[in-house]
Amino acid sequence: MALSIEDIKKIAHLARIEVSEGEAAATLTKLTGILGLIEQMQAVNTEGIVPMSHSQDVVQRLREDVVTKTNQREAFQKIAPALGNGSAERAVDSGLYLVPKVIE
Amino acid sequence: MINSSLKTLGQMLAKKEVSSVELTQAFLNRIDTFNPEINAYIALDQQKTLAQAQAADAIIAAGNAGPLTGIPIAQKDIFCANGWKTTCGSKMLANFVAPYDAQVITQFDAAGAVNLGKTNMDEFAMGSSNETSYFGGVKNPWDFTRVPGGSSGGSAAAVAARLCAAATGTDTGGSIRQPASLCGLTGLKPTYGVVSRYGMIAFASSLDQAGPMAKSAEDCALMMNVMAGFDERDSTSLNRDKEDYMRDLNKPLQGLRVGLPKEFFAEGLDAGVGQVIESAIAEYKKLGAEIVEISLPNTGLSIPVYYVLAPAEASSNLSRYDGVRYGHRAAEYTDLMDMYCKSRAEGFGAEVKRRILIGTYVLSAGYYDAYYLKAQQIRRLIAQDFEEAFKHCDVIMGPAAPSTAFKAGEKVDDPVAMYLQDIYTISTNLAGLPGMSIPAGFSTGSDGKALPVGLQIIGNYFDEARMLNVAHQYQQVTDWHARMPDLPTPQGTK
Repeated sequence: MALSIEDIKKIAHLARIEVSEGEAAATLTKLTGILGLIEQMQAVNTEGIVPMSHSQDVVQRLREDVVTKTNQREAFQKIAPALGNGSAERAVDSGLYLVPKVIE
Repeated sequence: MINSSLKTLGQMLAKKEVSSVELTQAFLNRIDTFNPEINAYIALDQQKTLAQAQAADAIIAAGNAGPLTGIPIAQKDIFCANGWKTTCGSKMLANFVAPYDAQVITQFDAAGAVNLGKTNMDEFAMGSSNETSYFGGVKNPWDFTRVPGGSSGGSAAAVAARLCAAATGTDTGGSIRQPASLCGLTGLKPTYGVVSRYGMIAFASSLDQAGPMAKSAEDCALMMNVMAGFDERDSTSLNRDKEDYMRDLNKPLQGLRVGLPKEFFAEGLDAGVGQVIESAIAEYKKLGAEIVEISLPNTGLSIPVYYVLAPAEASSNLSRYDGVRYGHRAAEYTDLMDMYCKSRAEGFGAEVKRRILIGTYVLSAGYYDAYYLKAQQIRRLIAQDFEEAFKHCDVIMGPAAPSTAFKAGEKVDDPVAMYLQDIYTISTNLAGLPGMSIPAGFSTGSDGKALPVGLQIIGNYFDEARMLNVAHQYQQVTDWHARMPDLPTPQGTK
């Protein structure tokens, strides 16, 4: 199942990464090579094998439903990115983060 | 002093033969001299560092010092350290000043260690040569035309060039062991879940594990005593009793069963490296070890499996970098979608983008079973290979990397060739087992340069103390780990 330039553009859109035409072509070559490597898996019979995500047989811990963190909004908002589009101001206002309008 | 073991440095500090400030300043001076060329550190803050050294001296004066109090340690730039620039080698985080401490940083602070600075690394720990760093490559102290390995290349070069007493690294597919091999040092990736991942910038969460990179096994054991431990803030941290990793260092190796996987000595291994590994095995025989031939038949599949699982997890972990709350935001954008796409296109380098795209693809609708699920199934087969092998041996040995340090630029345009660097290390991460690399000698290439070779030691789950014992005993009868590169004095220095 060879990838096409259109596939690259679709994946890039899903990943929210802008790619130019030139980049898409170069990416296609590299990704095709990597997928060729991955394809080796298909020769293995894995019927009935339980998938493994953690080496130890552990269960997710639960904790008491109590507040453990203090409010650090100011410290966290101090590292907000610059707003952009001509403004070097931090992308925050009244304790909120500023993004382009999403609801008309 | 710069060559002294952590234990010796601790004794010198305790006896007031040197102060932490003097020791720290000595390393800072070396960093001043050599770092502009080597580029091992990407964030330095002398004021903060020296303040920590002063505080350590006060603790020592009060008689409350622990084994690492006052000792200058380099921290891989993947660990958030409050008030320190923490970039993970990426443009995405080029201006990110961490607002909190990783658990590893908290533990070193509590031990009274001094943070010398943040070390260079492949971007988001994705690479085996340190060449994907936004802040430029790192030079291998043994030969400036070669790479130090990766992703913990800055930490490896800093230890090798004696720009720190010891350093931290992280290992997702070999990122501690391969650079330790290429730079001639001792590095340990613990069992998955032993060291907290809290505040360690995530790459592939089911594989990432932090560990020490140092001049000897004994130094690594001292570091492990600080780094290991349960942390409830890491959901996969294992709740186990504290252990003393120094406890078994002096045990004799008589009767130790060393497994040699035939797949680790097959095609693809550089002949010079193979010879060094064979000499090391011969040395172990002299120490009383018994050699057992074993097989890890699915070793070859570890790279394909890894390049499904790691990118899949990375594509999910790195989705947090959206330019909204921190990190890079594009200077110009139209709407929200455009802001996301441009910020991420600008903030990530080529290798990180490739892995996000691979991960997005293998997780996309219709492909999950063929890729992610299949990879998780083969992951179990790989773990079962080790389970079977450890019925016949106590530790497994082989090369840590297929070759010595390669030339900068040599593999940069060929991701698949770069990925093969981790052929002997990745399976350990997939199984969640501990692995280490120790200096085992030198191999001389066609250009006459003698370059370090690392012997890999793989242990069973939670067997770090035994592995450190196995490494330490070898380091009592060899001096490869004590060798240090001749650094050319940079021009125009004082």
